[in-house]
Amino acid sequence: MNNTIYLDNSATTKPLKEVLQAFMIVNEQYYANPASIHAMGVEANDLLIRAREQVADILQTEAKNVLFTSGGTESNNAAIFGIARSNTHIGKHILTTEIEHPSVLETVKQLAKEGFEVEYLNVDQHGVISLDELRAKIRKDTILVSMMHVNNEMGAIQPIYEAAKLIHEMSRAALHVDAVQSFGKLAVSFRGEDGPDCISISGHKIHGFKGSGVLAFRKAIRWQPYALGGGQEFGLRSGTVAVPQAVALSKAARIAVESLNEHAKKYRQWHDEILAQLHEYGEAVQILSTPRGASHILSFSVRDLKGEVIINAMQKRGVIVSTSSACSSKQTKTSHVVEALHLDEHYKKGVIRVSFGAHNTAEDIEKFKQVLAEVMLELKGEIK
Amino acid sequence: MIWKEILIRYGELSTKGRNKMDFIRRLRENIRHAFADLGHLHIRTERDRMFIAIENEAQMQTLVAGLPKIFGIQSFSPVAACEKDIESMKKLAITIMETFKEEQHTFKVEVKRTDKTFPLESHAIQREIGGYVLPHFKNLSVKVKKPDIELRVEVRHDATYMMAQVISGAGGMPVGSNGKSLLMLSGGIDSPVAGYLMMKRGVRLEAIHFFSPPYTSQNSLEKVKVLANELTKFGANIRLHVIPFTEIQVLIKEKVPSNVSMTTTRRMMLKVADQVREEIGALAIVTGESLGQVASQTLESLTAINAVTNTPILRPLISTDKLEIINLAEKIGTYETSIQPFEDCCTIFTPASPKTKPKLEKVEHYESFSDFDELIERAVKNREVYIFPKKEEEQKQDKFADLL
Repeated sequence: MNNTIYLDNSATTKPLKEVLQAFMIVNEQYYANPASIHAMGVEANDLLIRAREQVADILQTEAKNVLFTSGGTESNNAAIFGIARSNTHIGKHILTTEIEHPSVLETVKQLAKEGFEVEYLNVDQHGVISLDELRAKIRKDTILVSMMHVNNEMGAIQPIYEAAKLIHEMSRAALHVDAVQSFGKLAVSFRGEDGPDCISISGHKIHGFKGSGVLAFRKAIRWQPYALGGGQEFGLRSGTVAVPQAVALSKAARIAVESLNEHAKKYRQWHDEILAQLHEYGEAVQILSTPRGASHILSFSVRDLKGEVIINAMQKRGVIVSTSSACSSKQTKTSHVVEALHLDEHYKKGVIRVSFGAHNTAEDIEKFKQVLAEVMLELKGEIK
Repeated sequence: MIWKEILIRYGELSTKGRNKMDFIRRLRENIRHAFADLGHLHIRTERDRMFIAIENEAQMQTLVAGLPKIFGIQSFSPVAACEKDIESMKKLAITIMETFKEEQHTFKVEVKRTDKTFPLESHAIQREIGGYVLPHFKNLSVKVKKPDIELRVEVRHDATYMMAQVISGAGGMPVGSNGKSLLMLSGGIDSPVAGYLMMKRGVRLEAIHFFSPPYTSQNSLEKVKVLANELTKFGANIRLHVIPFTEIQVLIKEKVPSNVSMTTTRRMMLKVADQVREEIGALAIVTGESLGQVASQTLESLTAINAVTNTPILRPLISTDKLEIINLAEKIGTYETSIQPFEDCCTIFTPASPKTKPKLEKVEHYESFSDFDELIERAVKNREVYIFPKKEEEQKQDKFADLL
């Protein structure tokens, strides 16, 4: 698969060489338990502190508000359960959007079973919520709003900073932002008092490792720990801290943020080029992504064609793309995000997602466009 | 950039007769030392105030952030300057008053015309500027006697100078103007605060710490180093003497009954400290003792401990409550470090029930069977000395730089 062009970076990314190298060195040299009091433990802990401070600096918070987790799903689960269950004295009302990742949707569903009241914000055809609807739905007893920054299936960007302002003005609710798809692509931070209260990040979406993530808070808030045991991570997440993973994530995060502008420019150009080509197919192709969305994700749908067909056809020619999301790609029913966009029935089955990463080159995109043209020609008979 | 200089008003030292020039010199040196990163500062001193020339905005910000930590400064004011024409002066007045637009204030304009060739007289300038500023800010009202803000305008020969903001300093006296003392630094909450208070009174400090490996860990020593480094924020280098104390502590445990072993331990520490003090030419020993806080800090204990030396022992916290000490520790930023839970030499050999009223004769009697003096001399000779602020942390950070 050496010549394969990988354009599924929103599902996961290939770790960067320097991140891999750091991971190996930490495992070889600083493998001691950071909670141990001997010299090796102290050294590992010093390294962990540095890794944590670096993430805190990037997010503009303090190191003590940064927890290392096992990934985006854990971060999302922990944030939602933790905030909801420890704020019931204020209320039990939770707001989220209808296009969240399943790690948010399933968690609030569980809370609904436990007696919390969950309401969903609608999105428009661009996949964006309405601040007016948010304003109308916030209540005095709202304790949590969970909102993804960039949608994983089609790249819509939610106005999280405006939402944060609104939420803080109107209620005592905390805003949790799932920034798994946006961190390293857009500017993500707490911005003093103006930003979200809590942010989830995943390591493997930013050329770090699977099994690593971050849950960060703007400041210490009322929050119930979920993994009980030795009291690691300030007592909020017990379990021996995986220092190599933490270091790798911290490094990947630094590199992602440092190269953000350079990449964003590249991605935007590729995005535009591919869009231009897709427009040539007229009615046969419906584009889900919008120019206002994130530049690293481009989703489109081919009329009455199943996504798998296109994916297989492209794969034969050495190009890897994906159906709308890796998590839901094996399920046969239409994705909840696609449903929320109210697409015409003809376009619901075949959503294709192309997502760029740091390893992609302009040649990759040329090849993709060429393969896309070939595939569209080959399948022409099947498009009604 | 509108800023020209920072005016510094001296603290208490304005009142000190003949030593005044010494104090001023000391303060100037301390300021230079604290802002060594900024390169050479141009500092002009007068009898009652001092001026630091400002070259750029970044320098200004660093100074405004750092000056409140330096002892010997009552208050300071950023001073702006502009051309000597009334229109520029009005504009500058507006820029300066922007700082205060958040809240309601009373104010007045105070004018001094050193350059008598300036066409307008003081009163006229006052009227012009006041009359221009007032309608610009809804939150300002005029008050001639004791206003919240005085916009001071001085027309000098080279330019017009203007200031309004008065920022409080740390007060106290310049570190070093009152000699040198040796601080017994344990790693707890109290001793760094005691050190801070003495620095505030102009005392230069060196610190001494007793280290008993393997009974106390490297962590506890690192913690003390961090604390020593924290204290350097207040305007001076600090040397930390680390005494290898294991041998002495083991001998005490063997030879002295456990209920007075604590008193003996303290006495030995004081003996060691006194020898170090003599070597470094310090005049007094500073401790964080607070009356009655623990068994070793009762009047009886203090008497028995103090008996080993005639050197003045300064105990700035003696009458302070624990909570007050904690508040101070939080204020000066040493609290978080102090509460890290590492064993120190005091906690590890603590007997179950130490005597709160040890008798001096008895303690001396028990000690008389062993030769501590030789051990004390060895401990003093084998001490390690660290100098702060130290770049050691930076070295450690570099070690990890490639990984992050």
